[in-house]
Amino acid sequence: MTQADAHLAAASLRRDLAGAEGAGGHGLDPELPFITTTVEKIVQWARRSAIWPAQFGLACCAIEMMATVASRYDLARFGAEVFRGSPRQSDLMIVAGRLSRKMAPAMRRVYDQMPEPKWVISMGACASVGGVFDNYAIVQGVDQVVPVDVYVPGCPPRPESLIYGIVQLQQKIARSRA
Amino acid sequence: MDAHAIIAALEPLVPGAAYEAGASVDFATIYVPRDRLVDTCRALRDAPSLRFAALVEVTAADYVPRSPRFEVVYHLLSIANRLRLRLKVRAGEADPVPTVQGVWPSAGWLEREVWDMFGVVFDGHPDLRRLLMPEDWEGHPQRKDYPVQIRKATQTYEPLEISEEEFKANLQRDRTRRMAH
Repeated sequence: MTQADAHLAAASLRRDLAGAEGAGGHGLDPELPFITTTVEKIVQWARRSAIWPAQFGLACCAIEMMATVASRYDLARFGAEVFRGSPRQSDLMIVAGRLSRKMAPAMRRVYDQMPEPKWVISMGACASVGGVFDNYAIVQGVDQVVPVDVYVPGCPPRPESLIYGIVQLQQKIARSRA
Repeated sequence: MDAHAIIAALEPLVPGAAYEAGASVDFATIYVPRDRLVDTCRALRDAPSLRFAALVEVTAADYVPRSPRFEVVYHLLSIANRLRLRLKVRAGEADPVPTVQGVWPSAGWLEREVWDMFGVVFDGHPDLRRLLMPEDWEGHPQRKDYPVQIRKATQTYEPLEISEEEFKANLQRDRTRRMAH
């Protein structure tokens, strides 16, 4: 890392962390060799900058979710590309696809196994409201089973939509109390 | 081998059964009387000119308000003789169809699915539980008179299907097996 890079990185970190109440005016001064901020700010920043989603692809939305992580859309740009096979290592569940009634207890169990703090994105029309499957077999919205933070509309949503949803979630995490 | 040829081959093997050739666009279809189903299947499996060793599919169709309302459909494959065959059995709501699990063991889950979806009872089936729907579901969804857009509370919790004692016993068994190696 060159000195110019380090200076840029420090400036970006200051932008992310400064401006908290009580942080004073020093936070944004690029000449000072230190940053002042609050614990809450830095916890929120750490949480939203490295979201690890659990793999929960249920249907065709999962294909778009895979495309979101792959090279063309590259979710790594937003720090949320580390999909985990184990819910115990995840803090975000992206419910991608229609949830059948028989799958609901399994999904609830995966959610319960995730450590706090945890968030849920309901991806697509089926996960959000049942979509075209208005029938006995499909849960009409996964918010009947787990609390949902962000709903991403679409059938299926394009990767841009999912990335927008994740950015919305990051803003929500930045606003919530640590 | 068309339906009539298969019926001609079957008739000496299963005396007294009244078969009927059915309309079909792909491969031979024959209607089998319900009480002679198992005899027929065994003959189809064992006769050297037929040798239908594989049961590919069991399904059903609901023709309500026709009586009897169901037709249970069996798809068979003879690898040795390069033949396919469709058997159909007519059944009403209260008529149990004999299980063919004794002829083809693979019938077990297929018949469970047909019971789950249509409510056709298979006589002699050792384990007639639901296969696709939740265990405590009421009704049979593939029936024509089933309300498709029903609203029901979602079940979010399922008790473990294995007791603590069973879990420990399994663990112990695996350990001893590993020690033996």
